[in-house]
Amino acid sequence: MTTWSFFVAHRAEILSATLDHLTLAAVAMAFAVLIGLPLGMLIVHRPALRTLSLGAASIFQTIPSLALFGFLIPIPFIGGIGRRTAIVALVLYALLPILRNTYVGLSGIDSAVLEAAEAMGMTEAQILWRVRLPLALPVILAGIRTATVLTIGIATIAAAVGAGGLGTFIFRGVSMVNDAVILAGAIPAALLAISADIFFGLLERRLKIV
Amino acid sequence: MNRQPSAPPEATIEFQHVTYGITRKPHAIVSDIVSDISLSVSPGETLVLLGRSGSGKTTLLRLINRMLLPISGQVLVGGRATSEWDVIRLRRGIGYVIQEAGLFPHYTVAKNVGLVPTLENWDSARIAERVEELLRLVGLDSGEFSARRPAQLSGGQRQRVGVARALAVDPPILLMDEPFGALDPVTRAELQREFSALAHRLGKTIIFVTHDLREALLLASRIMLVEAGRIVASAVPQDFLRLDHPEVRAFTASLAVTPGASV
Repeated sequence: MTTWSFFVAHRAEILSATLDHLTLAAVAMAFAVLIGLPLGMLIVHRPALRTLSLGAASIFQTIPSLALFGFLIPIPFIGGIGRRTAIVALVLYALLPILRNTYVGLSGIDSAVLEAAEAMGMTEAQILWRVRLPLALPVILAGIRTATVLTIGIATIAAAVGAGGLGTFIFRGVSMVNDAVILAGAIPAALLAISADIFFGLLERRLKIV
Repeated sequence: MNRQPSAPPEATIEFQHVTYGITRKPHAIVSDIVSDISLSVSPGETLVLLGRSGSGKTTLLRLINRMLLPISGQVLVGGRATSEWDVIRLRRGIGYVIQEAGLFPHYTVAKNVGLVPTLENWDSARIAERVEELLRLVGLDSGEFSARRPAQLSGGQRQRVGVARALAVDPPILLMDEPFGALDPVTRAELQREFSALAHRLGKTIIFVTHDLREALLLASRIMLVEAGRIVASAVPQDFLRLDHPEVRAFTASLAVTPGASV
């Protein structure tokens, strides 16, 4: 069976796996942003917490993804077989780029600008929302972009813990030694990653100031 | 501009035995030490703090709008210690202009100039009118410049916008930290002349920090020389050059060795 005819024959199955994959990545990214962004804002003025959280996020990145999924399975509440485990692992991976870029973006602002903002009588909150965040936004978005591409890739491994998605085809293809089946998972996954990259790239360019 | 040409009494500034030393404050710009400073500034006066880099002149400026608090003594603005002031109210009543202007790069010129009025909840028509008036005041055509971003301006234009922004809510006090320091000599002289005229017209209390003696002589109604955190000399410009103090002579010498220097 050629790759093409396999694609045609299984198109409904591939499409539904792609949607599952996208949902998995989107949910994980939503959590990662929800955690990473506020935490990144918090660590700008807290050096101890900064070292701790950036350190922890870096360590998660060094754990091989298959191993991390495996480690999470026996943990109560967050572990087990299925989507929840996969999402927790994906969030842990996505955290570092978001956290680091939020911190770098917020702390890399021209000190003269911040000095002027403070001296003009802007409150801390006004400085954060009107000056720091808008100026850091392109850098923060770049972090979200990296994290998204990463998450879409790693999400293929989530099939190993029964989370479904395009990884299902890849694992099945590997055990069947069938390239067509592997490609049925790999090609849509790559396309998703590329599309996400292009989308965030355009968004970044639109928001870039100066 | 037909505003009251004489500054109101809240424009007085007084230092009473003020000492500032290093306190650990993360992310703060490290400030030089000043010791036992006493001085007073009358409304409408342009006081120039002259000194070398690291002399503590910027620290004095930052003590006035409570970017710094003294470790002993007190700074009174309008008769009230800065530590007693609501810091936001204090700062909104004091215009601040720094080197390189510190304009917000993501805001247009109009939005930069109109920022403090916006924070003060002025209605947009009044802000627009005020922005136009201010840009005219600093010699910029509002039609041409309002919609530009700081990156689309020359250094001199940025500094003009910085001055306009500081004047936005008509604060009685203006603090200026080497505002023309980063400009080329020709533009600098141009801005100094215009600012001198503007200062006379506005009647604000101005504290101006510089290391440029010519600038001090041109703008000041009084010059104070700061050396190693202390005020070592104080005089009106006409008398300043005749003072017999080694640091004054050092500054005077810096003028003399520049052949053909002129404003």
